[in-house]
Amino acid sequence: MAPPVTLRAMSKALAAGQISSRELTQEHLKQLRNEPLNCFITIADELALQQADAADKQRAKKNAHPLTGVPIAHKDIFCTDGLPTTCGSRMLENFVAPYNAHVVELLDNVGAVTLGKTNMDEFAMGSSNESSYFGSVSNPWDPERVPGGSSGGSAAAVAAGLVAGATGTDTGGSIRQPAALCGITGLKPTYGRISRYGMIAFASSLDQAGPMTCDAEDAGLMLGAMAGFDAKDSTSAQRDDAWLAAIAESGIPNLGRSLTIGLPKEYYEDRSHNAAIEAVQTVLRQQGHQLVEVSLPHTHAAIPTYYVIAGAEASTNLSRYDGVRFGHRCDNPKSLEDLYRRSRSEGFGAEVKRRILTGTYTLSVGYFDAYYVKAQRIRRLIANDFKAAFADVDVLLTPTSPTPAFTKGQLSGDPVAMYQQDLYTVPTSLAGLPALSMPCGFVDGLPVGAQLIAAAFQEDLLLGLAAQYQRNSDWHLQRPGGQRVSTEWLA
Amino acid sequence: MSDAKTAIPIDHLATLARLNFEPAAATEARLDLEKIIAMIDAMQAVDTRDVAPLFHPLDSSQRLRKDVANEHDRREKFQTNAPSTSDGYYLVPRVVD
Repeated sequence: MAPPVTLRAMSKALAAGQISSRELTQEHLKQLRNEPLNCFITIADELALQQADAADKQRAKKNAHPLTGVPIAHKDIFCTDGLPTTCGSRMLENFVAPYNAHVVELLDNVGAVTLGKTNMDEFAMGSSNESSYFGSVSNPWDPERVPGGSSGGSAAAVAAGLVAGATGTDTGGSIRQPAALCGITGLKPTYGRISRYGMIAFASSLDQAGPMTCDAEDAGLMLGAMAGFDAKDSTSAQRDDAWLAAIAESGIPNLGRSLTIGLPKEYYEDRSHNAAIEAVQTVLRQQGHQLVEVSLPHTHAAIPTYYVIAGAEASTNLSRYDGVRFGHRCDNPKSLEDLYRRSRSEGFGAEVKRRILTGTYTLSVGYFDAYYVKAQRIRRLIANDFKAAFADVDVLLTPTSPTPAFTKGQLSGDPVAMYQQDLYTVPTSLAGLPALSMPCGFVDGLPVGAQLIAAAFQEDLLLGLAAQYQRNSDWHLQRPGGQRVSTEWLA
Repeated sequence: MSDAKTAIPIDHLATLARLNFEPAAATEARLDLEKIIAMIDAMQAVDTRDVAPLFHPLDSSQRLRKDVANEHDRREKFQTNAPSTSDGYYLVPRVVD
């Protein structure tokens, strides 16, 4: 297992001339070649070294961004010009995107080095990374267990020290749940904060990209580089938040005030790992924050609502894969209809087909109002619950996932049981709110996460509170195999 | 809401979704879908009278732009991903005899 290093430690070492980006990149690539967890679908040796050399030149000119020359990885859902983008699917096994996703463009522009593309559940549909066409990913804390999903490759790679930061995407918890199960920090920003352009669509009213890192400081640094208005995404938010650039310059500032933190009672009914969350509450109280119980009464309806909306949007978005313009095409089609049906049937895996069928059913004549419109009405009730809570509190604190990492195969035969993994993450997604998962302890030797949720566009509160918590705890420093992130790398 | 146990027409849904299922796989898909629909039906218990649907999570409207072309032709590059092309066209099995 590789020793973990933070993004900002590498940035400092590069700035001080202690190491070149080429050397750093070569070290990382060497580790990736023999990694046993199956975190990567594509390793981009040639591109990475080209980018590293360009970064070294940029650093020599003394006008570098903190991420210039720092190696990162992209979830294989982001289109990369010239590199394969598979989305974890046979459908896109040979697809090489003709353009870069906006997120990729922004990280390229600041000089970050792309090591490769990380493994993921097929089309981001899953909570275990077992639906990937390219094989499941192992959790570095226990290789018999899943890393969570769908951004499981990114989470496992960061936890294993293969890379200090990776991009992820979150539709119903796909950044936060794997972050929790792998013991790292993951941030799902507000819907619209980061452009969806070039991010392969699953459910367009829910999908959002975000950083997956060792700690909140690195998440803030990466978020600053990933966020920004993009005219090519019609839901991209036009924001002017000075704190985003300030974090890249000088780190996350001290909170400077006491917060009122809400504990939604509906998230605390299952008491299986409440001890870890209660310990978080103790640390936050010691920092002067006030904790109060709140209620989000429609929480119980979030999973059915989410699976109607996400399924409907997925069935629509995935209708583009027809074997005509790109993607898998069956051999010797007998007719156009045969080409469509066999190409799609061969190209998609079981979970993707299940979601397409669910969406097709709920959008069918006679069911549209009863399912799709009904779900959108409940979505408003869920969003209203959060609005009411945020009238009284600044941030909400909840567990991130109902269980620690489960064994491979344990839930894969029961889709409805697998969907319950999203219990604590989908309500936030439906309301478009920012949420962060941070490591907060262990259950049976496996990491668990605490989730912080804020009102729209208040990621600064989440990062500020998480950074404060992490200055007063050490769960985020613990790594598989008894390793620790050295405190010298946290400055 | 639905009488899921009897009402899921898996062959019709597969046709709408342009998917094929072998008989055993169709049965499995139907059973899975029945479980999923039963789970989804729990939302029918929520009172949504006088509640407007929320289509954008932040209740925003779609930003529009002027109707002018802002992309240039990149057909050649796009078609490098196409399974079959000829003279700039995408080839599919003959539709009209």
